[in-house]
Amino acid sequence: MKHVIIGNGPAGLVAAETLRRLQPEAEIALIGDEAEPPYSRMAIPYFLIGRIPDTGTHLRKSHDHYAKERIHLIEGKVVKIDAKAKQVEFASGERLAYDRLLIASGSQPLRPKVPGMDLANVHTCWTIEDARAIAAKAAAGARVLQIGAGFIGCIIMESLAARGVKLTVVEMGDRMVPRMMTAKAGNMIRQWVEHKGVGVHVNTGVTAITQKDGALLAKLSTGKEIAADLVICAAGVAPNTAFLAGSGVAIERGIRVDAAMRTSVADIYAAGDVTEAPGFHTGRPELNAIQPNAVDQARVAAHNMAGGEAMSGGSLAINVLDTLGLVSTSFGQWQGVAKEQGGAGVEQIDETNYRYLSLQFKDDVLIGATSIGWTEHVGALRGLVQTQAPLGDWKRRLLADPTNFMAAYLATAQKAA
Amino acid sequence: MGWTRKILRVDLSNGTCKSEPLNMEWAQQYLGQRGLATKYFVEEVDPKVDPLAPANKMIMATGPLTGTPASTGGRYSVITKGALTGAIACSNSGGYFGAELKFAGWDMIIFEGKSAKPVYLSIEDDKVELRDAAHLWGKTVWQTEEIIKKSHQDPQVRVCSIGRAGENGVMYACIVNDLHRAAGRSGVGTVMGSKNLKAVAVRGTKGAGAIKNPKAFMLAAAAAKKVLADNAVTGQGLPTYGTQVLMNVINEMGALPTRNHRDVQFEDARKISAEAMHEKRPTDGKAHLVTNAACFGCTIACGRISKIDETHFSVVNKPQYWGASGGLEYEAAWALGAANGVGDLEALQYANLICNEDGFDPITFGATVAAAMELYDLGILTKEQIGLEAPFGSAQALVALAEMLISGEGFGKDLALGSARMCAKYGRPELSMGVKKQEFPAYDSRGIQGMGLAYATSNRGACHLRGYTVASEVLGIPVKTDPLVTEGKADLVKAFQDATSVFDSAGVCVFTTFAWTLADLQPQLDAACDGDWTMEKLALVGERIWNMERLFNNAAGFTAKDDDLPPRLKTEPAKTGPAKGLVNGIDKMRPEYYKVRGWNPEGVPSKETLSRLGL
Amino acid sequence: MQKSLHIDPNKCTGCLQCEMACSFENYGVFNIAKSRIKVFNFEHEGRMVPYTCTQCAEAWCMTACPVDAIRIDAATGAKIVHEDVCVGCKVCTIACPFGTINYVADSGKVQKCDLCGGDPACATACPTGAITYVDADWAGLEKMRLWAGKTDTQPRASA
Repeated sequence: MKHVIIGNGPAGLVAAETLRRLQPEAEIALIGDEAEPPYSRMAIPYFLIGRIPDTGTHLRKSHDHYAKERIHLIEGKVVKIDAKAKQVEFASGERLAYDRLLIASGSQPLRPKVPGMDLANVHTCWTIEDARAIAAKAAAGARVLQIGAGFIGCIIMESLAARGVKLTVVEMGDRMVPRMMTAKAGNMIRQWVEHKGVGVHVNTGVTAITQKDGALLAKLSTGKEIAADLVICAAGVAPNTAFLAGSGVAIERGIRVDAAMRTSVADIYAAGDVTEAPGFHTGRPELNAIQPNAVDQARVAAHNMAGGEAMSGGSLAINVLDTLGLVSTSFGQWQGVAKEQGGAGVEQIDETNYRYLSLQFKDDVLIGATSIGWTEHVGALRGLVQTQAPLGDWKRRLLADPTNFMAAYLATAQKAA
Repeated sequence: MGWTRKILRVDLSNGTCKSEPLNMEWAQQYLGQRGLATKYFVEEVDPKVDPLAPANKMIMATGPLTGTPASTGGRYSVITKGALTGAIACSNSGGYFGAELKFAGWDMIIFEGKSAKPVYLSIEDDKVELRDAAHLWGKTVWQTEEIIKKSHQDPQVRVCSIGRAGENGVMYACIVNDLHRAAGRSGVGTVMGSKNLKAVAVRGTKGAGAIKNPKAFMLAAAAAKKVLADNAVTGQGLPTYGTQVLMNVINEMGALPTRNHRDVQFEDARKISAEAMHEKRPTDGKAHLVTNAACFGCTIACGRISKIDETHFSVVNKPQYWGASGGLEYEAAWALGAANGVGDLEALQYANLICNEDGFDPITFGATVAAAMELYDLGILTKEQIGLEAPFGSAQALVALAEMLISGEGFGKDLALGSARMCAKYGRPELSMGVKKQEFPAYDSRGIQGMGLAYATSNRGACHLRGYTVASEVLGIPVKTDPLVTEGKADLVKAFQDATSVFDSAGVCVFTTFAWTLADLQPQLDAACDGDWTMEKLALVGERIWNMERLFNNAAGFTAKDDDLPPRLKTEPAKTGPAKGLVNGIDKMRPEYYKVRGWNPEGVPSKETLSRLGL
Repeated sequence: MQKSLHIDPNKCTGCLQCEMACSFENYGVFNIAKSRIKVFNFEHEGRMVPYTCTQCAEAWCMTACPVDAIRIDAATGAKIVHEDVCVGCKVCTIACPFGTINYVADSGKVQKCDLCGGDPACATACPTGAITYVDADWAGLEKMRLWAGKTDTQPRASA
């Protein structure tokens, strides 16, 4: 059996390792298009901040891990898939045959389609190479403009702030992390970063960037202009699917997969950020570019590639964010659902102490949560959402005091009390 | 070190909170908690002060072993001039609050003055502030804890508070922490209420790391835990039956005060005993007792967690009382039960819940009800005055009177006085069964002679926890003495009083003394605390603390006359049981005791005694 | 044979000796705020429940870790956080559906139960036998009964 995996991020790697465990004799090839060993984008901010060397971002730390696991690492850019011939084609023209193929090509950063995005000091912050470039330019006192205050934007903010730059952030949405946090929570994070000296403009886009007197000048949709030495673009990501044109693999926003991580083409599977997989709550295809989801999907895919029958319970949005020291999380349907659909929720807000907790219910079950300032036992929120444990009287108790979620988890999901 | 070396001074009049270094010289002389806090108190407060005046102070203090893995190392005490007694008060509580205070980095909190409006103290490690408590005033202890936990967004915040009893000036209000643990006696909650202080909420994340020799300490603590585990009382009796194990034992001895001490045996003792708590009820097939429970660090776990019978008349339409809750412990079961002749376990549990919920001492309350029932029996109080028929044995009356106390309506106002003031009001002061205006606990001193002396000379008024000679006279710990004689009791009482002073100052629970002697405590203290803590030093510390408290009381106006028992115990012999025909020999024991103490015949410590103790 | 922690809430009295032992073992202080085992007190039910990592086979924390900071200890089977590798990204804390791996702001790392290298201090400290360290087979069976089908995000693999 010959397994080929496109993409050497966490999904690709976990799939490779799972395959190795399931099929000791199979051939496994893992393809990456960067000149690095498999590394984690999640760790880039910590590299940028100087907490770890670039080797600290590596997904596996021992040098002979891949040799030991007999995972064949290939550096190359896949440009085409020939599903009929069961081959992938590299930019070099070389071809590689597969019995089963996993597409774990992840996502790529989006750049607003405005003039000036190609200027020398405008960067995305996606690869280790990007990070190295930013680290070289983001010196103390440098004026840095960051486009986008989503997940990635927030996570790199700390490393920039720690470098002593003068940071300004513009965000199209009406608050920070609009796709991950409730309005209250997003605004609380905004207050926090403003309090820490970061300039924040919400409901604002960049309309153009020009070069002027050795510096950059960003024009904002509000009409305001901001001078910067460096512009970092963190305006979201999209599935990396361009190379799949003509492969026959069905793609909408991402690669459509079923609960077994099968694509529309036989023997081709997909996992991670590149997929649009059935959502845990809705069952409908959802983009969900997060690490835990990626590795869960990778394991499901690997089991099926090895001839098993594994099903994903559905893709669940779970997020954790550290914005200049303020820890926030969100889980599942944190927005809640309408009252007519059985929705109910509770929001506990403590603006003075930057603590926040929102729980959202549908009927008798927790379907989503958002927190700020909570680090203890937050995983239990996932446990409650994912087990869909009937809460019984605990729903009433949680509506009265949401901070008891861990006790509720133990009492219901674990039936411990 | 054992100590955090930091005390928090809260001036309620000015609304300020200040950190001060702990006086380490005093710590070497008075150890901690009861001893050390009393030292601060007597240095700072005029003994003549009105307990409810702003000039009275109130100290919440931990001991050096509080917050450590020493078994039962979770205690704190509240030291003040007692509202009920006018004497030095020191009420000790377990639960988790004391350890949390230590974890926040504080050895003690000194409250002074009086707040203009209701406040509560919030402590998160070094972040300390007085917060408005308008929204908490009028709330029960249980509501207060719930509201504070929610508003602090932290289920792990620990709270001690007063209920409506403390707010409304019930003279024997408690301070309740962790829902059903209380600094219970002498009206310390009344003092707290008089200061407009509703609660203290504490969250500590610093821990108790300042142990002199951690390795030696862990070994000493482990050895001492083994002593508790191997002992029949602390290893089996208390965990299985709780303090309630005593109900049948003491009744058999003819020392269970019944119907305001008219009798010494209660015909329904079995119905309200530990054994009864284990039995399945006919109504719902469930046992009263749900589980035993421990306070912080306690390897004995005598605590009782029970569920009331949902069909009982007291709670039939009150689901808020149907959950598990604390009780019954022996003292409460006796005071609410035998003392009034009430043999209805569920009624006692209900009254006990009300005591916990609104923070008042079940011993004094039960004994006050007993006195009221006697006044009713004698025709001095009428049905109209009380608002209902209140014969001995009436569970309905007990339940109604508990509710009346909290509503403050009608006769509730008289009940709020405690038995001494109530009986005096109705012209029969001799019917109050207590010493220094504080009611007796659950041991009749005609059947256990030493307890008569312990009660009479207890510095905080009648109390079993100042010199628990029951251990020796009934259980044979550390040696068996004859409960029916007075000989040797002066020495026995002094020894218990001095040793207990050390236990109360160390941060551990006095119930360890069913198995531990000072020799078990000493290695733990020596390993934990700076300085050399020898047996000799500890013995001296204990005696020093006792005499310091005595000096305060003397200066407050107490004399030898106050070291006495009510006439009933000296003139009305026990009617049944082993002590039949006996009265208490207090008048014989008292002079012997003064002599043993090195006090003059007026009960004043001699110069030699004071100089020997460094006072 | 590998062993695992077996917890019997019926025997727990809520004394928190386990929490003190845990913090002392790992940090040299008596500080339950740092304990990796927590006792939850269900007041209304009259029940105390000690709770910590079960070293579950699925190891969500370990697979979610982006930098390989959580690895299996070969001797005990414990999933151990290597603090020198952990970057503090907290992904494991939301991935673990049991809520038993937590971020510690002081250290900037996460912490979880590591079975104390095979001699768990909590089990030694427990005075009532509510926490014991027993052969994994037996505890595993118990565990399966408890959690069968409850946190079903994992592939039900037949391969």
